[in-house]
Amino acid sequence: MAKHEIKSPIPGTFYRKPSPNEPPFKEPGDKVTKGDTIALVEVMKTFHEIKADAEGTITSFPVDDGEPITAGLTIAELD
Amino acid sequence: MAEDLPIKTILIANRGEIACRVNRAAKELGLQVVQVVSEADIDSLAARLADEVKVIGPPAAAKSYLDTDAILAAAKESGADAIHPGYGFLSESADFADAVEAAGLIFVGPSGDTIRLMGDKAAAREQARKVGVPTVPGSDGVIADMDAALELAEAVGFPVMIKATAGGGGRGIRIADDAETFRKLAPQAANEAKSAFGDGGIYVEKVIERARHIEVQVLGDGHDVVHFYDRECSLQRRRQKVWEEAPSAALNDDTRKRLCDAAVALARSVRYRGAGTVEFLFDDLTGAFHFIEMNTRIQVEHPVTEMICDTDLVAAMIRVCAGSPLGLTQADIAREGHAIEVRLNAEDPANAFMPFPGVVSRLKLPKGEGIRFDHMLYEGYAIPPFYDSLLGKLIVWAPDRAGAIARLEGALGNLEIDGLPTTAPLFAALAQDRDVQSNAVHTRWLELWLEHAADTLTKQGETTT
Repeated sequence: MAKHEIKSPIPGTFYRKPSPNEPPFKEPGDKVTKGDTIALVEVMKTFHEIKADAEGTITSFPVDDGEPITAGLTIAELD
Repeated sequence: MAEDLPIKTILIANRGEIACRVNRAAKELGLQVVQVVSEADIDSLAARLADEVKVIGPPAAAKSYLDTDAILAAAKESGADAIHPGYGFLSESADFADAVEAAGLIFVGPSGDTIRLMGDKAAAREQARKVGVPTVPGSDGVIADMDAALELAEAVGFPVMIKATAGGGGRGIRIADDAETFRKLAPQAANEAKSAFGDGGIYVEKVIERARHIEVQVLGDGHDVVHFYDRECSLQRRRQKVWEEAPSAALNDDTRKRLCDAAVALARSVRYRGAGTVEFLFDDLTGAFHFIEMNTRIQVEHPVTEMICDTDLVAAMIRVCAGSPLGLTQADIAREGHAIEVRLNAEDPANAFMPFPGVVSRLKLPKGEGIRFDHMLYEGYAIPPFYDSLLGKLIVWAPDRAGAIARLEGALGNLEIDGLPTTAPLFAALAQDRDVQSNAVHTRWLELWLEHAADTLTKQGETTT
């Protein structure tokens, strides 16, 4: 059961990688501290970083890379 | 009343305000309209206006508006005779133009070969030079060798612009002030172009300080070419135009004639078909103009030309691409008065132009003589987050430039788009600016102005929302 959910403040397209040829920012099992960039959301052709707003270990990313998301959607779960 | 054209049904391979604009021109010509949409645009105004709607894929443009096969399949199913690509997306894809013609349909634009030639910026410069149109001092074509590139940069004099042959929308451009930064930036420009456009070719151009961006609207039928005078688009943010005027107030009659004649000579030399724009940098200090590139499509800012020349350019481009002759000579084209267009984007100018795809809760549009609003909005519409942030364009006309600015201010005061921030406060502030009013601007003016304008924009935002 997730203890904390990180939500996207904006709608757009969800990306876990800084660019298509690079590895994801974070994988499930990785520890994060507040302020770590964990994903990008592309909104109207501009990219915005989503940062961790709590400390913990990532248990899952409920959204697939490259999927459209709405504002307020949970994009990562922390333990 | 339907004209005698080989097109009965036209498919619009685009979205947003330009899809609505093409729809209006097509209806004027008596055509049936098929609108292709992504799943994110099923509720769009363009879809509502069309006679038939075809869903061609998911929201991502790469899987919908850029998917040639899906668009051609939709055209075949709906029995369309022609495809209008609008601007952006596939409008300047030579391969798309070829594929449309190979499928037996009319492409509303120039031939694939013309797009290929003018889309390769080094080749376009070469073509301009061949017909005696001045170009910006720089390389004679793509530079293969970095040492040769540096030698050339030193010969034309720093600062220089390193540009990707296949670039667009400000990507693949670097400015180097000296040899050391040139050595560092030139490979970056090549790499960026290689990954974004699949072509790492670069060329070098001298940077003209205090330049104005002035362009000429042309229309050709594949044999003859006429121009519809000039536009000035010097107010740019991140190399994107935000405020456009017709005509440019910086040109005298003699320069205007030479500029327009140069544009026609270039378009005629490639037997241009359709609406196109020949772009120049105008050097305010010397009065010289230099060709930079040609856009082989209808442009966002075409309405200012329509307002001063009293013509429907989109309908005209459909006619000539359907095979009709121009049917007019240069002497038939007159211009009158002054027009200004401002681009309304779903961005918050008081908050670093953050994009904001909200829901339009209420919409009040300015009306009256000399006011036009080309847009994609209706009350209750949820702006999708997947595409660029252009919502619409406010265009005003008046007998002179001062009158047009005053009318713009009045129209902005009567425009209400509730539910999301827009760039309207930026234009209200610009309309009151002394440099804008006296036309003392250049292509870098707005970026410099914005550095000092944060307070003004916040205040404007408070009074208009």
